[in-house]
Amino acid sequence: MSGPSFHYIRAAGLDDALAHGARRDAIYLAGGIDFLQLWKTGLATPKTVIDISHLPLAEISYAGNTLSLGALARLSEVPAHPDVKVHHPLIAEAILASASGQLRNMATLGGNLLQRTRCPYFRSEGLACNKRASGSGCGARDGENRHAALFGASSGCVAAHASDLAVALSALDAEIVVASVAGERRVGLPDLYPLPDATTAPNSSLADGDVITAIQIRGAAGFAARSTYLKIRDRASFEFAVVSVAGALQVEDGVITAARLSAGGVAPLPWRLHASEAALVGRAPGEAAFVTAAELAIAGARPLNKNAFKIPLLRNAVIRALRTIGGFR
Amino acid sequence: MTITDPPPSEARKRTNLQRIALSITINAVRHELEISPTATLLDIIRDQLGLTGTKKGCDMGGCGACTVLVDGRRVASCLALAASFAGAAVTTIEGVGTADRLHPLQAAFIRHDALQCGYCTPGQILSALALLSEGPGSVAEIREGMSGNLCRCGAYPNIVAAIAEVAGL
Repeated sequence: MSGPSFHYIRAAGLDDALAHGARRDAIYLAGGIDFLQLWKTGLATPKTVIDISHLPLAEISYAGNTLSLGALARLSEVPAHPDVKVHHPLIAEAILASASGQLRNMATLGGNLLQRTRCPYFRSEGLACNKRASGSGCGARDGENRHAALFGASSGCVAAHASDLAVALSALDAEIVVASVAGERRVGLPDLYPLPDATTAPNSSLADGDVITAIQIRGAAGFAARSTYLKIRDRASFEFAVVSVAGALQVEDGVITAARLSAGGVAPLPWRLHASEAALVGRAPGEAAFVTAAELAIAGARPLNKNAFKIPLLRNAVIRALRTIGGFR
Repeated sequence: MTITDPPPSEARKRTNLQRIALSITINAVRHELEISPTATLLDIIRDQLGLTGTKKGCDMGGCGACTVLVDGRRVASCLALAASFAGAAVTTIEGVGTADRLHPLQAAFIRHDALQCGYCTPGQILSALALLSEGPGSVAEIREGMSGNLCRCGAYPNIVAAIAEVAGL
């Protein structure tokens, strides 16, 4: 299987990559996993492929209460890093629940965040999909939508985001560092993923030529002792989430003082459960508080004809995640 | 019907005349290759170098039949753009053992009857070699660690048993 021809450029450095990358028909190559899948099936047809995989943007460091993850670090390098293990085990857990050993050795952090949806209408040329062909409609809304979103969808797109890493990063209020020819800027993780409207469903808010250079998490290390990533999937391993929950708590003197909850597989972006978090703070960790949080997590869910089962699944996943991290230590 | 030659730039786009010089080491032998920009690592291993032990299964990173080691780490060679692997040291099944001198893991696969048709076996062996270097601590970790390799004959219990034996579990 091979896609259409392209011209290959090995970027000499970040500036060189940015200079080439602003063209509409160019694409950056990092790990290449999602790109090669899309290219082989005719869904990605760049004229130019700019290889950035070897650029020195893979460093992992922890200083001044800030964890900095180079965007070109391979997924397999991150969970093994001592600073990640100690300060943000939630990130390690989410990554180890992703893909396979082979793919984690290839995939980069930046590429993982920008991976395209697994919605079958996006992945099949010829079917209606506003994400692939703006204005063509959404076949999933009244079709095969078992994996579709419960929150944040529109009449024009019901696709869910597939990244596990993004769900963990969302719970930790991560920021994305983006380089462009105009300079560097920081983007909050939720702002990386715009919501769809009636006819358009962009994959990200990045412009042509933008490069994610790093992911940063400031503070939040107080959650290291009590965090978990619970991933529910159709088979035990090497599968995307049907529903996932990233949860983290801080507990002092038998009272929850801070809570973070974010859900995967249920929205076009990691779906932060702010109301559930607020309801947990000030309460004793226990079944009553956990059930309250879980009920708030599913409030406002808008199921389609084949994904309503994900509502009780999300509710119960929130409870199970909180049980895992809410016990006495 | 009139046929006209397309302008040169169009012809170039369609036929992809770009050739890329690639220096790569496969099974301890260094190769200086000229490759197409669209070639995968699997393409050059099988079609350009004739090392057909590495198999093409799904060609989408899902089955693990194409697993090779790059600088000691397992990758799905079907999703690896070859041009991106300049200077890499690759190990394929041809670099693991011979019929006369099997690698201990290959011998364990035979002892445990860990294959039927054998198509997935080169990928299973390479993947398991990398997993063994990662130091699995339990049989459960072997099962999880081998989830990137499918076996349509269903030899999974025997594959896990062979790896566990070599791991000393």
